[in-house]
Amino acid sequence: MVKFLPLTEAVAENLHDGDTVAFEGFTHLIPTAAAHEAIRQGFRDLTLIRMTPDLIYDQMIGMGMARKVVFSYVGNPGVGLLRRARDAIENGFPRAVEVEEHSHAGMANAYEAGAAGLPCAVFRGYRGAGLASVNPNIRSVTCPFTGEVLAAVPAIRPDVTFIHAQKADRKGNVLVEGIIGIQKEAVLAAKRAVVTVEEVVDNFDDLHPNLTVLPSWTIAAISIVPGGSHPSYTHGYYERDNAAYLEWDEIAADRDRFQAWIQKNVIESSADDFASRVEHLRKAA
Amino acid sequence: MSDAKNMGFSPNEMMTIAASRALKSDDVCFVGIGAPSAACNVARLTHAPDITLIYESGTIGTAPDVLPLSIGDGELCETAVTTVAVPEMFRYWLQGGRISIGFLGAAQLDKFGNINTTVIGDYAHPKTRLPGGGGAPEIATSSKQVYITMAQSKRGMVEKIDFFTSFGHGDGGDHRQRLGIDTAGPTLLITDLAIWKPDPVTKEFTVVSLHPGVTRTQVQETCGWVVKFAEALDQTPAPTELELKTLRDLQARTKAAHQGTAKGKAA
Repeated sequence: MVKFLPLTEAVAENLHDGDTVAFEGFTHLIPTAAAHEAIRQGFRDLTLIRMTPDLIYDQMIGMGMARKVVFSYVGNPGVGLLRRARDAIENGFPRAVEVEEHSHAGMANAYEAGAAGLPCAVFRGYRGAGLASVNPNIRSVTCPFTGEVLAAVPAIRPDVTFIHAQKADRKGNVLVEGIIGIQKEAVLAAKRAVVTVEEVVDNFDDLHPNLTVLPSWTIAAISIVPGGSHPSYTHGYYERDNAAYLEWDEIAADRDRFQAWIQKNVIESSADDFASRVEHLRKAA
Repeated sequence: MSDAKNMGFSPNEMMTIAASRALKSDDVCFVGIGAPSAACNVARLTHAPDITLIYESGTIGTAPDVLPLSIGDGELCETAVTTVAVPEMFRYWLQGGRISIGFLGAAQLDKFGNINTTVIGDYAHPKTRLPGGGGAPEIATSSKQVYITMAQSKRGMVEKIDFFTSFGHGDGGDHRQRLGIDTAGPTLLITDLAIWKPDPVTKEFTVVSLHPGVTRTQVQETCGWVVKFAEALDQTPAPTELELKTLRDLQARTKAAHQGTAKGKAA
């Protein structure tokens, strides 16, 4: 059954050295607070899975926590490159990382297959693309009905998935709305799921019946972390801090400046600090 | 080179406006970030008010007031007709054949419209690791047509790209059909200097229109392959006042919005 836990305990109970882990969120609802807690607890040899690695994987790779990264877009959307990830891939600093690269369609389908309990995903993809020749996990199957050759990729099945969401009810059911990305599939594909939420409400009685709800029994732990997706955003709560994404490009460009930023904003901080980081991004009611 | 500036607009503005003119109200457009996003929104705010803009985060029929910094900014969802999950976006809407125009940018481009946004140098030991394909490998093959926009440079427009992130016309001719791809592929390239279309047979991009003040020499000097020019070479009409004002207002709103969220800069 789902447990309501402080984030320190939720992370310590569910993440282990050597795990395959997904911190998902498609631009919206990125579980930054959970990733920072993982950095504070200092896990090693992780396989990090995510469609768009974004700032939190740049930070975890920069701290030498990743053995391997599985991704489809290793950039800072609209800004440029992920400089810590680049340093690891190009120079092996602070350690070399193995890379498994897909397209968005490939990863979305692989998560769906994981959620559906299938061994692989089949879709019309990668035709003419160079990725199929550098990633041995991109193969093909022939449709038994039409003879069409289709792409196949193995299902994604993380040991644990972390997501951020708007709210939970007291029973531990979780609501996700807005740009819902790949989070539902990432939770259902994983052995365990940990969710940080903005708030807990008594019940979901007044919600529209078609909203995305993850039932409590699909989740291992819920932690209440207001502001927990900053500098990403939470629809209905606070806006995306686009300036912070622009600023990250400068911070991550320099190894020492990166370390100093992590020390101040992650190591010497806690999940409770996130609420104040989004104060200026909350819309006037 | 600064002829365009003397005319009251920059080469980049001309590129964005020329690209916006290629879009129609009944297009369903899968929009990349950067110049494609600017062009699509200028089209929506001028001659193509009913164009359907789709961003890969799942927003369908979005109408943002400012340009998004990322493909998932909140405003895209708030102004959309509907927002779907990412697997649905790629399975039903893109793979299902619902997109008329895939609009892509490029780090490296060759004369057959093949795009590289993955690595400069060798894949295993890259000189520069770029962000990679994201949605582009399938946008390039599942959209009915692909439009490409980029600023010209010898580093960007090359004889041979280092990596095939998104397949264009391959080696040219019927290469797409031979791979079983039944969509048209790149049908239009808009740069800061010219408008290019593929030759009907060889599929090599050919300059069909020069932007105001641009010479053939300038196009060749900023391109890494030997440029072919159409026999009847047009001149791109200069931006109208309305087009320029729409683009500049949009970019000013965007700049203010993205800086406005800076921590500590509010005061």
